[in-house]
Amino acid sequence: MLKRYGVWIAAALILVILPQIFDSGFAITMLSEMCIAIIFALSYNMLLGQGGMLSFGHAVFYGFGGFISIHAINVVNDGGVPIPLELIPLVGGLAGFIFAIPLGYISTKKAGTTFALISLGLVELVVACVLLFPSFFGGEEGVSGDRMLEFSLTGVGFGSGIEVFYLIAFWLIVTSALMYLQTQTPLGRMANAVRDNPERAPFVGYNIHLVRFFQFSLSGFFAGIAGGLLAINYEIVNSEMIGAAASGHVLLMTYIGGVGHFFGPILGAILYTFLHLTLVNITMAGQIYLGVLFIVIILWAPNGMAGIIMVHRPLWQAGLIRGLLPHYLVALAAGLVVFFGAMILVEINYHLSLSIEPDNPIRLFGVEFKANSWPPWIVSIGLILVGFFLLRPIMKNIRLKWDELTREMQKGKFA
Amino acid sequence: MEFYVISLLNSLVFGMLLFMLSSGLTLIFGMMGVLNFAHASFYMLGAYFAFQISQFAGFWTALVIAPILIGLLGAAVERFGLRTVHKHGHVAELLFTFGLAFMIEELILLIWGRVALNYQVPSSLDFTIFRLFESDFPVYRLFMLAISVFIFVVLYLLLTKTRTGIIIQASLTHPEGVGMLGHNVPRIFMLVFGGGSALAGLAGVIGGNYLMTSPSMAILLGPIVFVVIVIGGMGSLTGALIASLLIATLQTFAVGYDYSLIDLLAVFNIELGPEPWFPDLWRIKVENTGPLLPYLLMVIMLILRPKGIMGERES
Repeated sequence: MLKRYGVWIAAALILVILPQIFDSGFAITMLSEMCIAIIFALSYNMLLGQGGMLSFGHAVFYGFGGFISIHAINVVNDGGVPIPLELIPLVGGLAGFIFAIPLGYISTKKAGTTFALISLGLVELVVACVLLFPSFFGGEEGVSGDRMLEFSLTGVGFGSGIEVFYLIAFWLIVTSALMYLQTQTPLGRMANAVRDNPERAPFVGYNIHLVRFFQFSLSGFFAGIAGGLLAINYEIVNSEMIGAAASGHVLLMTYIGGVGHFFGPILGAILYTFLHLTLVNITMAGQIYLGVLFIVIILWAPNGMAGIIMVHRPLWQAGLIRGLLPHYLVALAAGLVVFFGAMILVEINYHLSLSIEPDNPIRLFGVEFKANSWPPWIVSIGLILVGFFLLRPIMKNIRLKWDELTREMQKGKFA
Repeated sequence: MEFYVISLLNSLVFGMLLFMLSSGLTLIFGMMGVLNFAHASFYMLGAYFAFQISQFAGFWTALVIAPILIGLLGAAVERFGLRTVHKHGHVAELLFTFGLAFMIEELILLIWGRVALNYQVPSSLDFTIFRLFESDFPVYRLFMLAISVFIFVVLYLLLTKTRTGIIIQASLTHPEGVGMLGHNVPRIFMLVFGGGSALAGLAGVIGGNYLMTSPSMAILLGPIVFVVIVIGGMGSLTGALIASLLIATLQTFAVGYDYSLIDLLAVFNIELGPEPWFPDLWRIKVENTGPLLPYLLMVIMLILRPKGIMGERES
């Protein structure tokens, strides 16, 4: 019992306790955004991870969920239909589901590159519609509403951020449990089969188009729930939520977290949201760092953070992980040298091109210097080169040590 | 009459520019199965490079140097980036080019800033060549047309009449077979990728000062180029040409009509009530649908003929 449900109970406990520890306004906002991002990323992984469908337009269903939810809130406030606020995300989910049916039917006929292209075309189609249908999308400024409805299942007013956070956390637990269970159903399993071998999957008796289509529609449902929660959280929805940029964010966070494991998108959503929200306050170049992280993951760790963790699991269980740690620390130090060099380079360039007064000195870690003088350039390029040439032998050492430990582990198995 | 002639000429100019972009993309796709997301970013880089070079050496030097630089950059991206992720499959390649597009845009922001550049048509090409009815036709548009037609002819001759072209065509469909014959297929891939990027760069050089040189130019044109290769049939050059001209014509002509569905209903003597359903839908004017039409056309095409106009295979 505890073994089976332990993770879920622990997750629920953490969600209850976290906002009590971090109770500043900024922390609550960040926690809420993280939870919404987790639902959105998990729903995206139903496509990319489970079904092998690389979509560039998943935010369409997120956005429709948000828009329909905010309209639903306004309808309730106008005395139309009595829906309690707790169930508004379900309205968003249904909206995402209903929009995913026609769009999914067209786009899931093919997988792979064609699917990716079609998803891109569809998101642009929806974005082009935003300005043509101002009474639904609210034009440039978006649609706003008041989440403090008179109907409530729990009697909570949802006036404060923390009350909304608990609503979001509740939906996070429910949806992620459902999405996890979905991976165990025949549909979830067949989605994996269709992803791995679309030629042989029909021989088991399944229509691969329909499998992809059902998977796509369900994924639209959960994305819609995430969108509805975002609408409740900010009480405003605008076209930014539905566009290609939002779709790009969910792709980045899911891939960085790792598409091969259920918990990958959760890690990715937490890290990405954290970096996204904190980097904005520190530097103008936040997007560059996230982009570099993404490219590094694609080139050297295609299974993401979850993949990195899972690779180490056998060594951890065999108790051999300690042998690798000193090597990792050295590699980390060398990596940081490269990173600092690159960071100085990026920051001085941003300072020169985007700040109002490029001649003013720039502050990095308490050191002030002029960006348009030559020492910072030499220091940064020097750091990058030194770190790069240090990293190469270190990586080779890690590989050797890795092979040695694997051999040792296998010997232990057979002994 | 005047409207039709001018619009036709303008759509020809824009269509050929689109073709220059989509030809490289469709060749790369047909050959390697890689949908290069960064293709429009190379187009954007072409415009920025051209601006920077023309500051020192003038437009004509930029016209030659910038595409070559972009081509070298493209070849390097293929050699050191794509080839590394190739073993992880097409999705990883697609994601890599997606990340690359993201990074190129950020680097352009980093180096040239957020505002549009003052990249101007060179003064030697900045005059009116003829007057058509009441409006002037700038010579620069004719120049763009000439360059793109020239590129089309060169590309056509290169692919059909030369040995290299025939090897490239063979590697489009049978890369393993070409490899067996002793040709270095990875090197051909690098060549095509570099060449396609150089074409995108050239489109940027001549299109950047005609349209606009800003960090959003890749995002504005990129999706349309993808639509072109879907409609034209992935991997087909002729299809890309037809689809480019078709989309350019649609977008150019749409701007000239300010009819809406209300006007259409009025023809049949039907009047809408004061509060119709979907109030926005009836009021949409044809002139505002320009950005929407390519995507709408793509969806219709996917339903009716998923392999595109000239496509031979569906994916």
